[in-house]
Amino acid sequence: MPILNYIYLCLTLFSIGVIGVLVRRNAIIVFMCIELMLNAVNLLLVAFSKMYNGAAYLNAPSTTIGIDAQIFVFFIMVVAAAEVSVGLAIIVMMYRNTHSVDINFLNRLKN
Amino acid sequence: MNAIIVSALLGVVMMFSSWIFKSERLQKNLALVGLLILIFANLAQINGWYVVDINTKGMLAFTRFGLYANMLLFILTFLYLFINAEEIEAIGHQAADFYALFFFILCGASILTSFDNLLMLFIGIEILSIPLYILTGSDKKNLLSNEASLKYFLMGSFSTGILLLGITLCYGAIGSFQLQAPMIVPSKGIAMEQYLLSAGLILIFAAMNFKVSAAPFHFWTPDVYDGAPTVFTGFMATIVKAAGFIAFIGIFHAQAKALGNSWELLLNFVIIATLLVGNISAVFQRSVKRMLSYSSIAQAGFMLFAVYGVSDFANEGILLYAVVYSIASIGIFSVLVKMKDYGFEAFNGLGKSNPLLAFVTTVFLLSLAGIPLTGGFFAKYYMLNAILTAGAGLWIVIIAVLFAAVSVYYYFKLIQAMYFVQGTPAIKEVPKTYTYKLLVLAVLLLILGVFPNLLFNYLYF
Repeated sequence: MPILNYIYLCLTLFSIGVIGVLVRRNAIIVFMCIELMLNAVNLLLVAFSKMYNGAAYLNAPSTTIGIDAQIFVFFIMVVAAAEVSVGLAIIVMMYRNTHSVDINFLNRLKN
Repeated sequence: MNAIIVSALLGVVMMFSSWIFKSERLQKNLALVGLLILIFANLAQINGWYVVDINTKGMLAFTRFGLYANMLLFILTFLYLFINAEEIEAIGHQAADFYALFFFILCGASILTSFDNLLMLFIGIEILSIPLYILTGSDKKNLLSNEASLKYFLMGSFSTGILLLGITLCYGAIGSFQLQAPMIVPSKGIAMEQYLLSAGLILIFAAMNFKVSAAPFHFWTPDVYDGAPTVFTGFMATIVKAAGFIAFIGIFHAQAKALGNSWELLLNFVIIATLLVGNISAVFQRSVKRMLSYSSIAQAGFMLFAVYGVSDFANEGILLYAVVYSIASIGIFSVLVKMKDYGFEAFNGLGKSNPLLAFVTTVFLLSLAGIPLTGGFFAKYYMLNAILTAGAGLWIVIIAVLFAAVSVYYYFKLIQAMYFVQGTPAIKEVPKTYTYKLLVLAVLLLILGVFPNLLFNYLYF
């Protein structure tokens, strides 16, 4: 399957995430959309990794080209987990004070 | 390498130190000693002595410039903690937790000064940002602080997503995360790789603009800086921003050529938008804290000049600008911490009641405005020189100078309130020693205003 199809799929997923962040008002849903963006990137990284690896595999079957992208995926997952732990703590802190996770409440600083 | 390892270790030590040292005074002293250890560890590496000598396999590259930038960031953090420790203790239950977060931020900053691989850029930015989300929301009962923290967190992780997509598209084009990877030169027409690379670099550019709060992506800055506890705003606006700019320079001095002519167009647009939004919005603010956060956007516009192209002026200039701007901002935020009210009226008559404090505040403001004899003048001079050596048109320099003139208006509004308006300032009790500590910062600014070379000597010898 040509790499372009993977790129289109990942960009579509990424755009769904971006639109979700811009449109949804619930902090948890916004957060999930951000995770969707990160995972779209993960998918694209794996696709690129396979593309480079597959091209090099024909000449040298023991090649490690393209492995770095897969390692990058693990780093993204770990960092996303760290971000989740901080982010959920912030959302809980917000909920305790306002009893809501609606980000429309976030307008006190405007004026 | 030393700085990264030692700062991470010290962060862990500080985290557990609140079990052993109950006294906040001891915790503060431990943090200051830790910073000194960090400075010496970094100094040791400059002289070729390593805590652990690891082959980083091209992930990190330690240059004189990066190590020296580390050193300046550590010294600035030392000054910041030395002055503001009492205010930090007033915020949470255990000040040691915040000191630990500072060390983690410094760990991220020292990765950002030495990355040679886009993976390390990503890791560095995240290590820098995640503790900042916590610091912003550290005033747990305060709704404004909560709001700022949630906003910062959501926007920050959104921009991380953009950064990652950019890095991935660059990888798709080049097949490597290495910063110095060979550029794609299309043989005829524009190949798909060229599209991927351009799109990726533009996305990285957008994400980095977000991190340093440049114009089309600045909207979070005033809210977050305003909502965060004032001491931490002083840290975010200075040291963190300087680290962000050094990373920005690191990546775009290496790769900007891949964008061709559109790079200049893109950067010109961002610079002018940043200067415009920052300066014009700052004029209309009624709160000094909010005015300073817009002015930090405007100062970011000046710092962007160093990103334009590779030159000695750009490297020296960004260090000088980061140091001068950080010293002045740390100073002015330290004064602001002592105010009961953040309006301009709160400063009325400060010149009469606290003459020395009013004097140091004036020096900080003059330096931010770029008046000669203060460090800010030479910082702006180096920046304008950097953009001219990089081959930009003279018109952008003229625009920048005009906006610097606009900035004089809102800085002088504060000076005017201090000296020429009668009234009683809404200020807390300021200890004598606190004012003397601020005087040290003011003297540093004046010294850098006459001998900016003092800062660069160490960069080369």
